[in-house]
Amino acid sequence: MGKWTRRAFLTTGVIAGGGLIVGVAMRPGNQAGELSDLLGDDGGQLVHAYVRIDSDNTITAMVPHSEMGQGAQTALAQMLAEELDADWNDMRIEEAPAIGAYSHYSLGRKYLLKGINFPDFIVPSVDGAMMKLMDNLGLQVTGGSMSIRMTGSLGMRVAGASTRQMLRKAAASAWQVPLKDITTDNSHLVHTPSSRREPYASFVNEVAKMTPSQTPEFKKAEDYKIVGKFVPRLDIPSKVDGSAQFALDIRRPGMLYATVIRAPVFGATIVSIDDQAARKIEGVADVIELPPAQSNMMIGGFQSSPAVAVIADSYWTAKKGRETLNITWSDVDLAARSSTDIFAQFAKDITASEERQSDRLQGDTPTQFLNASKVIEADYTVPFLAHTCMEPLNATAEISNGQCEIWVGCQNPLGFRKAVAEALSVDEEKVTLHNQLMGGGFGRKSRPDYAIQAAQIAKAVGRPIQLIWSREEDIRQDFYRPAIQSRFKGGIDENGKLLVWENTYVNKAEPTEAPLIPYAVEAQDIGHVSSPTHVPFGAWRSVDHSQHGFFTESFIDEAANATGKDALKFRLDLLKDKPRHLAVLKRAAEEANWETPLAKGRGKGISLQESFGSIVAQVVEVSIVDKSVSVDRVVAVIDPGLAIAPDGMKAQIESGIIYGLSAAMYGEITIQDGAVVESNFHDYRSLRMSDAPTIETHIINSGHELGGGGEPGTPGIAPALANAVYAASGIRVRSLPLMKAFSS
Amino acid sequence: MVTSFSVNGKEKTVQVDPQKPLLWVLREQLDLTGTKFGCGIAQCGACTVHIDGQAIRSCVTPIASVAGKAVTTIEGLKPESDEQHPLQQAWIEHQVPQCGYCQSGQLMSAAALLSENPNPNDADIDQAMKGNICRCGMYGRIREAIKAVAGSSVAEQFYDAMETNHG
Repeated sequence: MGKWTRRAFLTTGVIAGGGLIVGVAMRPGNQAGELSDLLGDDGGQLVHAYVRIDSDNTITAMVPHSEMGQGAQTALAQMLAEELDADWNDMRIEEAPAIGAYSHYSLGRKYLLKGINFPDFIVPSVDGAMMKLMDNLGLQVTGGSMSIRMTGSLGMRVAGASTRQMLRKAAASAWQVPLKDITTDNSHLVHTPSSRREPYASFVNEVAKMTPSQTPEFKKAEDYKIVGKFVPRLDIPSKVDGSAQFALDIRRPGMLYATVIRAPVFGATIVSIDDQAARKIEGVADVIELPPAQSNMMIGGFQSSPAVAVIADSYWTAKKGRETLNITWSDVDLAARSSTDIFAQFAKDITASEERQSDRLQGDTPTQFLNASKVIEADYTVPFLAHTCMEPLNATAEISNGQCEIWVGCQNPLGFRKAVAEALSVDEEKVTLHNQLMGGGFGRKSRPDYAIQAAQIAKAVGRPIQLIWSREEDIRQDFYRPAIQSRFKGGIDENGKLLVWENTYVNKAEPTEAPLIPYAVEAQDIGHVSSPTHVPFGAWRSVDHSQHGFFTESFIDEAANATGKDALKFRLDLLKDKPRHLAVLKRAAEEANWETPLAKGRGKGISLQESFGSIVAQVVEVSIVDKSVSVDRVVAVIDPGLAIAPDGMKAQIESGIIYGLSAAMYGEITIQDGAVVESNFHDYRSLRMSDAPTIETHIINSGHELGGGGEPGTPGIAPALANAVYAASGIRVRSLPLMKAFSS
Repeated sequence: MVTSFSVNGKEKTVQVDPQKPLLWVLREQLDLTGTKFGCGIAQCGACTVHIDGQAIRSCVTPIASVAGKAVTTIEGLKPESDEQHPLQQAWIEHQVPQCGYCQSGQLMSAAALLSENPNPNDADIDQAMKGNICRCGMYGRIREAIKAVAGSSVAEQFYDAMETNHG
């Protein structure tokens, strides 16, 4: 897994070189060089890397983030339009191409230079250096719930405000009037004294010659007309009539279809392939072996086993061919061959606690355990999970005259382009990547293995090919949300105060703060040990929060139960110096009528989790009838600082909750004899409409720094559910999926 | 083998393996890519289309079984007049889609439900829609959008018009 730590950035930064002082040409925002291809051909101008103004005064936001359903493209365009004082009705969105000018310098500034306030005059140089670094690292990532809080805050707003500033200067100069008399209104420049009014488009040629500022003045939040308001998402109309184009919908002249199978046991190689039957099928063009693929990128790095590809005139034919293959795979020597062995290994490694690394160590834990009148202990486990994006992995590749074109839906276009170039041993400039709408991403589409396979096949067969993974391959060759175990020990005094919190878990990834708790517990010892398995793993919506949210918010509930106190009150008492957390939790309790008791067999559970800069509380109501658990209602409250697109934020919270609930109820990838057992939606279940609770989402705009929206809904649902189940039944579920505890 | 059938009111003839599923004929032969592939075993509903007005999973429907029948895909859901189907309008109004990949199938299932039962209750909606997975989890919005159309005069007029056109 890529390490999103400051240290990793710093280390790579040194290797990448690129000193802090760079020329103007490297500054973000400039519309130079490779960007000129994007100029409108009808007199339009790219007036800023993120802004194109066409002659009919339509304004296009060039958005350097992918769309996988999260709606960030519309929200980013809102941030741009707000500062630019644009007419929303004439705004368009275009996804920025996979080229260095659109690498994520704001991400670099946010993470690497966290907390440093640069003087204005150096900001452009710092951003330029970040852009170069991010380009070198291949970072154009959509993930980590960061589009709005990074590119939005440090990029789009800046682009909008600085473009507006340049437009005003251009108008003042053209009209020969003082700058202070020029204002803007709905994509028009206005000379206030004379009421003269002209569209932005009249001034684009002048503006294109100027250098955009990286430190313009921003609007005040109380003057916002577009940000924080409901605007319909711009991508939705095409998604109700079948016209939205996903990667799977790409068609190229002479294109063939391909499908693949990779070694079921991760790490195995090919001993022999018997493809006689496949080759006899009418329509099968070829059967080829694909070499192992890998990428060393910081984000999205991976290694995969070799694969066999069947190429045919139809996906269906290729799939039929694949099913007749008789492949002998090499034997792999594995320490733990099954899920049972893997969990036994975790328990053993936690008990041994060799080379335990600390995440937080404060207070005197041994003494506090002596002071405690009650000690509680619990072990929790969560299984491996697949992503199962609705759109199975696919990519279309065409190689001719040494140029490679790839059409793919991915979360890191620049990184995928680099990975494909590496795999083909060609210069990056020889690879053009056309990113498409994604039918779901959830972290899976940050790994370029499928794009590399498509390029390898296209190169081998010399024709355009569309590679489509079967759902079975998608589930059995994922980069899984890791299975992990977490062990807790808590000490409570005779007044019911939680004195000490001890926690050891296996296999830490990111974000580093995921296992930390917000509660004022005096002595805390939180740490982890390494317990590697052979199962490939990667980012899964909310990453480590998806596991630790369940662990810590279940254990705090167990502590509350041990004292006999109300689970809400117990938490509130430990949050006295956390006003934002308090407000979120109280609001959730209020909206959910926490105090009102439910009938027998029903129960309420609560959770609180801060992740990706947002604080979320959830209250879940369940009914249990004959060992069948029904999730009736979820009330969620989020404080993201400010919701740029409030309805989009609500949709993301609903989405995050259902995604997390599918996993909490049913999700489990089982390893047996080294390979994945599950294969499709019948045995790797997803929540359906008939199981879905009603969800009520409330937003608190606290005015704090912007937080994310794509992931923060996910971590809190599993613990709130388990806590509700406990309240309803007295059964404490410490191992997910929940369904296993309730299958009779 | 040659198979003839109608798609969105137009006669089509294809020469393919009789076992080839309708889904792949639509996508690969007829260039109608609005119908999606999600699982291949009738578990997710992304490939839902109508055959003679019934919602079916095209990924497991051999093309031979479609001979002489009328297929409607998402591209043909709206009438010729170019207006949107009332469900499509409701989908936009309720901002239903996120990634959007499953929505062709969701809309086709919902349209089949309303054409048979213009006033479905929650249980009817569950029954008709439980074959369609939405990994973005927009079930609440889908339900609201269906209810907004259910029983409305717009919907009744629309379905009356559909009957006249296709019936």
